[in-house]
Amino acid sequence: MMFKKLHENKKIQLIIGLIIGIFFGFFLQKGGVTNYNIIIGQLLLTDFTVFKVMLSAVIVGMIGVYFLRSLGYAQLHPKPGSFGATVIGGLIFGIGFAVLGYCPGTVAGAVGQGFLDALFGGIVGMLIGASLFASLYPKLQKKILNKGYFGEVTIPELLKVNPWFVVIPMVIVLTAVLYLMESVGL
Amino acid sequence: MLEWLFMDQWSPYMAGAGIGILCWFAFLLSDKPIGCSTAFTRTSGLIERVIRGSKVNEKPYYKKFTPSIDWEWMLVLGIVIGAFVSSMISGVFQLQWVPSTWAVSFGDNFSLRWIVAIIGGIFLGFGSRWAGGCTSGHGISGTLQLAISSWIAFICFFAGGLAAAYFIFSILGG
Repeated sequence: MMFKKLHENKKIQLIIGLIIGIFFGFFLQKGGVTNYNIIIGQLLLTDFTVFKVMLSAVIVGMIGVYFLRSLGYAQLHPKPGSFGATVIGGLIFGIGFAVLGYCPGTVAGAVGQGFLDALFGGIVGMLIGASLFASLYPKLQKKILNKGYFGEVTIPELLKVNPWFVVIPMVIVLTAVLYLMESVGL
Repeated sequence: MLEWLFMDQWSPYMAGAGIGILCWFAFLLSDKPIGCSTAFTRTSGLIERVIRGSKVNEKPYYKKFTPSIDWEWMLVLGIVIGAFVSSMISGVFQLQWVPSTWAVSFGDNFSLRWIVAIIGGIFLGFGSRWAGGCTSGHGISGTLQLAISSWIAFICFFAGGLAAAYFIFSILGG
C-alpha cells in the first residue's frame, strides 16, 4: 500500500476524515439532497435528484477506485451481507428514510443547513435507534442476522472474472440509465 | 470560477461526480470507504457511558464499534460543517422547523413533525445498523465497489422508502 504510514497515523486520519466530511457535506448541500422536499420527491418519484447524485457518484467513484486498485494504491472493503441482515435491515432503513425524510449522512447536512426537524427529530431518533440496536444485537445476531449469509463477496468475485469486465459494462449501463432519465424529462 | 461556490444548487451530476472523487481520496488516503451510520452507534455508546458508566463497554455491539471518536465520526461532523458553509455562502441557510412538503399534507405544527421525525430517526438508526450500512456506506461506497450486499441493500432501501413514502403521502396525507 502506498500510504501505509499515513493510514496508521490516527491523528492525521481524524483530520483527513474531517476534511473529507466537509467536502462531502458541501457537495451534498450543493446537490440539493440535504433538503427534505427533494428526498421525499425522490421517494414519491416526482424528483430524481437523489438518483442522479447517487448514480453519478457511483460511476465516477467506481472507475477511480478500481483504477487505484489496479495500480495497487487501494484495496476494497466490501461489507459482508446476509438476507437476514441486508434485506430486513434495508427495508427497516427504507421506512425510516421515508418517515424522517433524510438519511444518516444527509441528516447531518440538513442540520448544517439549519433544518431543525433534522436536529431535534432526526439526530435524536437515530441515536435512540442505534442504542436500541446495540441492546438487541446479541439476540438478533443469534436469530436473524446470519440467516442466508453470503459474505463480503463482490460481483466480479462471484463471476470469477477480471473486475474491469464488470466495471466497464456497469459504467455504461448506469450512464445509459442517467441518459434515459434525462431524455424522458425526469 | 469562484461564483460556483456561491450558487444555490449545482447540477446533480456535478455534485455526484464530486462525491465520487471524494471516494477515491477516502480509499487512497484513509484506506476506508465513506460511510456515516457507525458514527451514530459510537455516539449512542458515548452517551450511554456517561449515563451508565463503563459497563457499557461490555455490550457486544459496543465491543465491535467502540464508543469513541474515529474517522467516520469526524466525517459526519465534517458534513455538518460543509453543509453549513455551503448554505451560508450561497445565502440559503435558514432555520426551518417544518419542511414545506410535509406542511402541505400535514400542516405546519412542529410537534407532529417532531414526533414523526424522531420515529423516522429510530427506524433509520436501527435499520442502518441492522443492514450494516446506510445510503453512503452501502448506497454509494458499497455499490461502487460492486459489493453484492450493497446492491441488495440499495434496492431494499428504496423499496422500503418508496412504499413508506407512498403510504404516508398518498394514503395518510392524500
